[in-house]
Amino acid sequence: MLASFSAEMLKLYKRPATWILITIPLVLNQVFSYLVPYTSYLRAENEGVAERILTNRLPEDLILNSIGGFPMFGGAILLTLGALSVGSEYGWGTLKTALAQRPGRLSVYAGKLIALGVVVLAIVLATFALGALSSSAIALSQSEAREWPSLADLTVGLASGWLILMTWCLFGVMLAFVFRGTALPIGLGVVWIMGIENLIVNVAAPLLDFADELQKGLPEVNAGSLVSALGRGEEITTPGLNTLVDGTQAALVLVAYTIAFVLIAGFALQRRDVA
Amino acid sequence: MDRGGTLVETRDLTKRYGPRTMAVDRANLTVRRGEVYGFLGPNGAGKTTTLRMLLGLIRPTSGTASVLGRPPGDPKSLSRVGALVESPAFYPYLSGRDNLRVIARYAGVPKERIEAALEQVDLKDRARHKFATYSLGMKQRLGVAATLLKDPELLILDEPTNGLDPAGMADMRDLIRSLGSGERTVLLSSHLLGEVEQICDRVGVISKGRLIAESTVEELRGGAALLVAARPLDRARERVERLLGAGRVQTVDGTLWLDADPATAGRINRELVGANVEVTELRPMERTLEEVFLEMTNQKGEGNVG
Repeated sequence: MLASFSAEMLKLYKRPATWILITIPLVLNQVFSYLVPYTSYLRAENEGVAERILTNRLPEDLILNSIGGFPMFGGAILLTLGALSVGSEYGWGTLKTALAQRPGRLSVYAGKLIALGVVVLAIVLATFALGALSSSAIALSQSEAREWPSLADLTVGLASGWLILMTWCLFGVMLAFVFRGTALPIGLGVVWIMGIENLIVNVAAPLLDFADELQKGLPEVNAGSLVSALGRGEEITTPGLNTLVDGTQAALVLVAYTIAFVLIAGFALQRRDVA
Repeated sequence: MDRGGTLVETRDLTKRYGPRTMAVDRANLTVRRGEVYGFLGPNGAGKTTTLRMLLGLIRPTSGTASVLGRPPGDPKSLSRVGALVESPAFYPYLSGRDNLRVIARYAGVPKERIEAALEQVDLKDRARHKFATYSLGMKQRLGVAATLLKDPELLILDEPTNGLDPAGMADMRDLIRSLGSGERTVLLSSHLLGEVEQICDRVGVISKGRLIAESTVEELRGGAALLVAARPLDRARERVERLLGAGRVQTVDGTLWLDADPATAGRINRELVGANVEVTELRPMERTLEEVFLEMTNQKGEGNVG
């Protein structure tokens, strides 16, 4: 498995698409968590509004500002990474090349999952690191105090961010193994994240009781609830965030999804022929 | 089943897709240690499906197979097998060398083997270029290099000359011949009769999913024979029948086809001349593998049976 992991890391490291998909969430986070709000703060005419914008950009809110975009936008990007890393193997026919070597299907699969887990962790750590730099710079420029979240809160924030992105990444992996390609999994996955869940939450749930209950089991709803649970209880307007379920339930539901995606994808790889 | 030098053995190996498509039908294949085995059949005959089953990429519907004494796909046997199945499949964004690095990591072989493999297929100069920029010939050579990384006991090559120009095909044939010249066993699938005839020690012929023959190239062509053109033909036939026996002589298109060792040609000539028969032609007659193959599979074609 170590050999497979090492091969997967080399492939991910050398693949330009990996770097693009790592860079996009970092840039989006910096632009929409810091640059846009800070610019609006500088231009705000209402002092109360300005104060609130500034407060929410300081190091104290590092966790929320770092992972606030993960449930929806970050999720879509990581789903793409997961689907690409598996689907391309079918498209290029390289899965048979890998399996015709020594390692065995489960070893190749485990190596791939661990490598993706490492990349997701790198994205989460980089998001926090850049967020820390930006919030520090804002605090310094406005002569505000730099109060950081506690180590325990940071750890929970990092773990939550990793769990959310990993859930979506594994969703992409599972779809790619099931459909043995790239385009359909990415299309279906992104439509699910950006469209279907929103329709259930915003259209069906207010009208139908069972849809109201159903939404509490959806991955994006639970990811949004997990992020919200790490905030300070203020009203949150970031797309994808909500308070429909509590943080513990949200984390457990995401873990359940993660396990389900891993098992379904592993079953598909193990049982089916590789053409 | 790695006994007595048998490296690959299948017993009634069958692969069926749905109720109507029988890709491989009860194939019994035996590849012995040290030989170059030609797996011959038209396109769509079931060659690639059989090879994929041997590598554990697809599961047989029924029957069994053993590769180096283990079930297909077993990591312990795969570590001793180098395989190039169908077209060479690599990562287009990686260079040739990096592709081999990935394969070496999967296979668990030291990276020092990479340069040796590149050298062996004469690809060192282009190893730093991306795979996507390679010509088909270079892709095939990289595929062979990847199979050599493990210094395998068994080399499985599926149509390695596919798409190559004549010079590339000749180079590839030389390479395969050199790879199979030592103790290494080569299982070469091909639909090119000339290729198999030139390279292989033994041949398995597959048609419509069924292995219809398995023997040496010579055996497949049939026993040695002689062709005699002589006048008068009746007297010539009578004399030869007296010498060889009636069952070993046939008259075909005004000539005699004799089931006889070419070494007996001198004796037959003396007999005929002594009987005042004018011999105009006396030569060994060999059926080409192509003739045998077309006869077996009831196909028409020239060299390329696809």
